Amino acid sequence: MTVEQLKEKLGLKVFGGEQGLGNEISGGYVSDLLSDVMGNSDTGQVWVTLQTHKNVMAIASLKDLAAIILVNNHQPEEDTLAQSNEEGIPLLGTDMSTFELSGKIYELIK
Amino acid sequence: MHFEYQIEGGNFTRAGFASSEIKKMLKQLNVDLGIIKRTVVATYEAEVNVVAHAYSGTIYVDVDEKGIVIKLVDEGPGIPDIEQAMKEGYSTASSKVREMGFGAGMGLPNMKKNADELNITSEVEKGTTVEIRMGFG
Repeated sequence: MTVEQLKEKLGLKVFGGEQGLGNEISGGYVSDLLSDVMGNSDTGQVWVTLQTHKNVMAIASLKDLAAIILVNNHQPEEDTLAQSNEEGIPLLGTDMSTFELSGKIYELIK
Repeated sequence: MHFEYQIEGGNFTRAGFASSEIKKMLKQLNVDLGIIKRTVVATYEAEVNVVAHAYSGTIYVDVDEKGIVIKLVDEGPGIPDIEQAMKEGYSTASSKVREMGFGAGMGLPNMKKNADELNITSEVEKGTTVEIRMGFG
């Protein structure tokens, strides 16, 4: 499944990084601890988090993640959004909670 | 080949920038992707530690046919007890840094897990040197 298809199915909002909507999703990772994501996420995963600062983009880029999804209606900071567009890594959002969103993603890509 | 990158202490908007440059450079050199992945994790954690704890730092990268040596030399408070710092969950990060999702005491364990060899030396009130060695063999 691509990020675009996931976005359509779950009605996710696209904040930025639209160039990467064709990224293929290999799985998901859910965490708000950056070192946890750095150490344990893998290439092509979607990352579900409530962290909105620019460092999430650095991690997504270094780990070649497919996309980042912000939960609970969190809005990205301005420089986070700018880097998402610059790197072409989709930054998505939802009003769902981490629990609800993760369950839905799991059902779709398990 | 030799490369150098500067790190600014306290500037989280640039954290990861040097690691990203190193990743690009290793890709251009056609280094094995698995080695790049592990190098990136170890280097990023080391870079963030300099940003979170030190005043400034320099990363020296040397690549030859045998492997990669990445040396991060910082001017900072140093680490009084390296053994304790290596423990999973141990952190001295400020609450501001923790709120960002750093400072969970996973950085040094991540570095150890991903580096082929990790050497840390430190002098309190002077600074810390972290050496990450990756072999191609």
